[in-house]
Amino acid sequence: MNAPVLEGWFTLDADKPHLLGTRCTACGTYYFPKLKTFCRNPDCASETFEDVPLSRSGKLWSFTNAAYQPPEPYAQVDKDAFQPFAIAAVELEKEKMIVLGQVVAGIGVESLKAGMAMELKLEPLADGKLTWKWKPVVSR
Amino acid sequence: MSTNKDIAILGVGMHPWGKWGKNFVEYGVVAARAALKDAGVNWRDIQFVSGAATIRNGYPGQVAGATFAQALGWQGAQVNTSYAACASGSQALAAARSKILSGECEVALVIGADTTPKGFLKPQPGDRPDDPDWVRFRIGITNPTYFALYARRRIELYGDTLGDFAAVKIKNAKHGLSNVNARYRKAFTAAEVAASPMVADPLRLMDICATSDGAAAIIVSSREYAKRIGRAKAPRIAAISTVTPTFASALVEMPDIATDSAVAAPAQSFRAALPKKAYEEAGIGPKDVSVAEVYDLSTALELDWIEDLQLCARGEAAGLLREGATAVGGRIPVNPSGGLACFGEAVPAQALAQVCELTWQLRGEAGERQVANAKVGITANQGLFGHGSSVILKA
Ligand SMILES: [Zn+2]
Repeated sequence: MNAPVLEGWFTLDADKPHLLGTRCTACGTYYFPKLKTFCRNPDCASETFEDVPLSRSGKLWSFTNAAYQPPEPYAQVDKDAFQPFAIAAVELEKEKMIVLGQVVAGIGVESLKAGMAMELKLEPLADGKLTWKWKPVVSR
Repeated sequence: MSTNKDIAILGVGMHPWGKWGKNFVEYGVVAARAALKDAGVNWRDIQFVSGAATIRNGYPGQVAGATFAQALGWQGAQVNTSYAACASGSQALAAARSKILSGECEVALVIGADTTPKGFLKPQPGDRPDDPDWVRFRIGITNPTYFALYARRRIELYGDTLGDFAAVKIKNAKHGLSNVNARYRKAFTAAEVAASPMVADPLRLMDICATSDGAAAIIVSSREYAKRIGRAKAPRIAAISTVTPTFASALVEMPDIATDSAVAAPAQSFRAALPKKAYEEAGIGPKDVSVAEVYDLSTALELDWIEDLQLCARGEAAGLLREGATAVGGRIPVNPSGGLACFGEAVPAQALAQVCELTWQLRGEAGERQVANAKVGITANQGLFGHGSSVILKA
């Protein structure tokens, strides 16, 4: 298994990975990335958080793509070898939050539609480091 | 209710936007001298210099009020510097208003200028997993990603089209044609916009604003002072809103990769909160507005702002655009200056440039881009890290 691009941000379960966040033990607010200092809810003064896996599926809120290769620290490939990739903003129902991520290779914006069910997958970046990506849930 | 809190705008001045390759101080002095001349106020009489700042060469303090004051000749005025990303200009203006309304000074210079660094903005080198800006670039999320997500959301939710976004560009390019301070003064056709390369679907290169050099300066005073120098009828600033977002913030904002979780508190729009506070402060409503200058970092974002300003209901901004209402000559013109589409962004000067344009509009001095019978103007702007602003001017 390849190393993750960010240590401790997601589980390395090859089939059903989860993003790893925290949850305020007082008011229940979720945080991704993990927050362990002060709850940001103005009505909550809690400083206690528990580690929680986030829902690994949600609804597509919006999407776009990167038609040009992003600058470093994005792992670079030769300009000619760069393949545009789609990016999804996915709404997690239980957590009531939207999380960004690339869409798995081979799925372009033409295959996406707001409201679609999306699930979390892992794929390597150009330097081999694993990152989380969103993939449409194909209904049979 | 608002009148005793108003201050007068005695003069405005700008240095044209562009890529001039000079030091930002030169631009600032040109703008300041133009504003002083416009106001009929001597530099020696300025009692407070309020500078809008940005970070350059790795440290703050260079792009600052005192730097401009020194270039104009230090004459012992009180000085202040405000940093609030794209809203720096409005916070500098708010600082001047506070000084004036508290009686600590009568007349102030508010100034912002910038020389944009060459090349694309990218994070500092080194591995920094605790820095959200580093993280998002590491996983391939750049600045246009965010604007493209908002734009696509409009398409999906309201049925806006790429043609609508192009129409914003065409409208603003037309507005800017006669504006001597605009960097780009060229008309565009729908075919030209459609031929520009896709950067972040659905946004093309022509949908996204550039970065520029430029400067804007404003002379403000108490209404008493304005009366004393024979400028009782000068346009007034009736509101300056610089509120923070309210938890839980509903939109994923640059450089974050997730929104707040709305489990414990309802999701709220930051952009919509900015003008709401300004309307309350000015004691007016959206129906009173004759002209607006909004932060069109992308063409589609102008449509979001029109709804955030409550100039129409959610989802109806493209309709306003299609019927010509947001063009000069229409019912509620938006970005008569040409907006960021024609200027490009000069961060610490941009919020002040919006106020300069509305001042010319309310005085009826905007020439070919003049909005007929402009009485009330509103600006809207948003930058990084929970900074934004909305300013209301009354004739
Ligand atoms: Zn809490």
